[in-house]
Amino acid sequence: MIHLQSLSKRFQRPEGGWFHAVDDTSLSIAQGEIFGLIGFSGAGKSTLLRLINLLERPDAGRVIVDGQDLTTLSARQLRQARQNIGMVFQQFNLLANRTVAQNVAFPLEIAGWQKADIAVRVGECLEVVHLTDRADHYPAQLSGGQKQRVGIARALASRPHVILADEPTSALDPKTTQSILSCLQEINQRFGVTVVIVTHEMGVVRSICHRAAVLDQGRVIEVMDVAAGQVDANTDLARSLLEVA
Amino acid sequence: MDTVTLNAIWQDLSMMGPEIAQALLETALMLGLGLAAALLLGGPLGIVLYLTRPGQLFAHRGLHGVLGWLVNLVRSFPFIILMVSLVPLTRLIVGSTIGPVAASVPLAFAAIPYFARLVEQTLREIPRGVIEAAEAMGASPWQIIRKVLLGEARAGLISSLTILTISFLSYTAVAGVVGGGGIGDLAIRYGYYRFQTDVMVAMVLLLVIIVQVIQYIGNRLAHRLDKR
Repeated sequence: MIHLQSLSKRFQRPEGGWFHAVDDTSLSIAQGEIFGLIGFSGAGKSTLLRLINLLERPDAGRVIVDGQDLTTLSARQLRQARQNIGMVFQQFNLLANRTVAQNVAFPLEIAGWQKADIAVRVGECLEVVHLTDRADHYPAQLSGGQKQRVGIARALASRPHVILADEPTSALDPKTTQSILSCLQEINQRFGVTVVIVTHEMGVVRSICHRAAVLDQGRVIEVMDVAAGQVDANTDLARSLLEVA
Repeated sequence: MDTVTLNAIWQDLSMMGPEIAQALLETALMLGLGLAAALLLGGPLGIVLYLTRPGQLFAHRGLHGVLGWLVNLVRSFPFIILMVSLVPLTRLIVGSTIGPVAASVPLAFAAIPYFARLVEQTLREIPRGVIEAAEAMGASPWQIIRKVLLGEARAGLISSLTILTISFLSYTAVAGVVGGGGIGDLAIRYGYYRFQTDVMVAMVLLLVIIVQVIQYIGNRLAHRLDKR
């Protein structure tokens, strides 16, 4: 489903020199998988996620999603491809002047859907995240967990094959975190959407991921299998992440 | 003041009724044309200034620098000097340098960069993440401008327009003195040159009321549009 091949991304440091956020990294994520990217701050996990929909352009390497190398696409083709990749953010990034329903409708307006189809689809998505009764509220009137569920409904709206989630629960309390995670899990199971989730908490990995990559200094140092809540860690770093959790 | 003088003042003013109405119309015309130019040209200029900022969608140091420099240049002119130096241009565009339409040319010239800066500042308040979310959904630059930038900043833009309107109401008074007409001109002609202080006071009061009304409408509208 997603093949990242020898990806590198570096940023210029303000004080001069370069910071290698992602350093010659390859990774394959299978269709229907919930895949975790875990590591400490600055390990490059968010950058790696943002390379998947080319919010960051790699300095080297290829990004293949759904059999399409995104790095070779024109601006217009890339916009088309992005409509097939939903994204959920730590800070929700909802449009403050739009209601819940209008926020979920937003990606569909962008994709050029008909008004009637949008209304139907928005209803379906709000049902999935249990926010039907909040359709006409504005984001400012919602709790953090509700905002994130709007974010998930919005990511789901255009029926994407992939959802990228960038620390979706880091701004939320533990109980809300669980409800958001089960929401993502439900979407994965019901619709077969591949989910890539960035987190610094092993608890998140344990709770919903099938596999997870451990990142350190821009490199994948281990890909762990997660089965029945058991994380199989081989490297010291992965074990230290387990201890923190 | 006793009733006799009050009556005299009232009689003075009511005799000037048609002239005041005419002055109001002229002021409205100057303001309307100036603001229309600011919206149509200054608005897009402000959006370009914002989008070419470092880290934004069309980050372009050179273009941003040049446009910013031009905006500052026009804004550094004292309005009265700008007006005088634009006389040839005004004659070219309007065919005359007298009257409210002619006075609108320098007003527009001053309002465009002023509004552009206000728009740029207002747009900067939109969180970068919201724009990024739209990019991630595959929004085109045009969709981002229309639906994200203008949609999210709409309350701030209304407030900016309110500030612009009030500032330029007082600019129209200056433009009026060199032949544009309007309320400010009326106040100067009667109140200052002909020592009819009551006319001056009445005109200033009229301006005070207009400013209060504009601000009130602007506040109400901005508040209604702001769901943040």
